[in-house]
Amino acid sequence: MTAAAPIVAARDLVKSFGAHRVLHEVSFSVAPSQVVVVIGPSGSGKSTLLRCCNALEVPEDGTLTVCGTDLVRNGTLIPERELNALRMQVGMVFQSFNLFPHLTVLDNVSVGPRSLRRMPRAEAEALARDLLGKVGLAQKAEAYPATLSGGQKQRVAIARALAMQPRVMLFDEPTSALDPELVGEVLQVMKGLAREGMTMIVVTHEMGFAREVADVVMVMDGGRIIEEGPPEQIFGAPRNPRTRSFLQAVIARD
Amino acid sequence: MNLDFTPVWQGWRELAYGALVTIEVTSASLLLGCILGLLVGIARLDPRRKLVYGVATGYVTFIRGTPLLVQLFLLFFGLPQFNILLPAFVCGVLGLGIYSGAYVSEIVRGAIQSIDRGQMEAARSLGMSHGKAMRIIILPQAVVRMIPPLGNEFIALIKNSALVSLLTIADLMHEGQKIISISYRSLEVYLAVAFVYLMLTSLTGFLLQRAELRLRAGGVVQ
Ligand SMILES: Nc1ncnc2c1ncn2[C@@H]1O[C@H](COP(=O)(O)OP(=O)(O)OP(=O)(O)O)[C@@H](O)[C@H]1O
Ligand SMILES: [Mg+2]
Repeated sequence: MTAAAPIVAARDLVKSFGAHRVLHEVSFSVAPSQVVVVIGPSGSGKSTLLRCCNALEVPEDGTLTVCGTDLVRNGTLIPERELNALRMQVGMVFQSFNLFPHLTVLDNVSVGPRSLRRMPRAEAEALARDLLGKVGLAQKAEAYPATLSGGQKQRVAIARALAMQPRVMLFDEPTSALDPELVGEVLQVMKGLAREGMTMIVVTHEMGFAREVADVVMVMDGGRIIEEGPPEQIFGAPRNPRTRSFLQAVIARD
Repeated sequence: MNLDFTPVWQGWRELAYGALVTIEVTSASLLLGCILGLLVGIARLDPRRKLVYGVATGYVTFIRGTPLLVQLFLLFFGLPQFNILLPAFVCGVLGLGIYSGAYVSEIVRGAIQSIDRGQMEAARSLGMSHGKAMRIIILPQAVVRMIPPLGNEFIALIKNSALVSLLTIADLMHEGQKIISISYRSLEVYLAVAFVYLMLTSLTGFLLQRAELRLRAGGVVQ
């Protein structure tokens, strides 16, 4: 661990849906510029854990500190205004893109800074064009989302999140809804972000990405983090037998 | 049986004037209905806000569970007992507007709930408040989906508006009845009145269809 204060720190997070406990006292922390990749079988609680980090799910117990603010303290969420301010610092990318279909690509990216940071239109659009260039979609600024491929949509979604100039980015299986030939272009953008030092938490089944980019790989099973370590250790010499069987299953599938 | 449409030709000015009043009453009612329906539809999105949800649900239940004619008479003959004397036209618009508001609220609620949950999540993730996300992300998409059912509501309202003739409003139905009271040609005049209603509803349906096509072509609807 580096000496700098963590960007995300979770202690003993508990989350249930009805009687079904999905997270069992989960603790972890993410240092600035770290890339944490979360892997594990379906239903193990990866999405739920990630969605707790910007309070799309609210843990019923535990404490979660994000960007130095207690988002959840002992199961209590911070007030609405502070929550909204904190969410501006946390970018989120969804499996299903969730672009705004009634807005052009340019408006999708600039709507956040314009409506939340009161950035003048010209400035917000310049920022948006800049970010669209960065994800390789400068020429699509005037298009509507419905006309884009899956890979293009996801790159726009990344640009939209970046437009808020977040301190950490959350990715929930960003390439799982894509045709195989479109996965690479999205991973490429994410690798670029990692190189620039963006702090990232990525839920993914792309083991190649995890090996190459992750600083830490967290393995989840049954609502717990069962193993955590650098990719060489997790993929080379996993200690937990369930990690081993999960990785075997993934390798067999690929 | 011999049909004699002479009274219809002689009374075409009155019928046209009545049709105009019908359009006025209906349009004003729909406007009121849309405003009410938007507020009530949003109020009924979240059952956890008990008071707001309860009041809105009570309103919708009462309006949908009682005859429109009774509601109109409550306003027109009931309110004067409290010394509230509203002009007939105001009563008609108020009654029809309150009535259609209940149905519009269901259209509004349905359209909002049909928008993918991920839209709200994406907006909230950027840092938008619930209200802001509603205003600039959810409602603009929902409004487009409201147009076809709102069109049907408008057509239903044109037909229901015939009841305001019973409040002495000089609408199409009322003008028709006036002609009948002089000519005793019920069949011919009611046929003519029905035909004018049919024209109004068909024209409305046609215009709405064009509006919808235009919205689709503009890329606003997928
Ligand atoms: N909104 C919800 N209501 C009820 N149960 C839920 C809800 N969201 C998730 N769950 C349940 O919680 C458990 C963990 O779900 P989660 O989505 O976090 O898993 P995951 O590891 O992301 O799985 P996957 O790889 O399939 O995305 C699952 O059993 C799921 O059915
Ligand atoms: Mg998931």
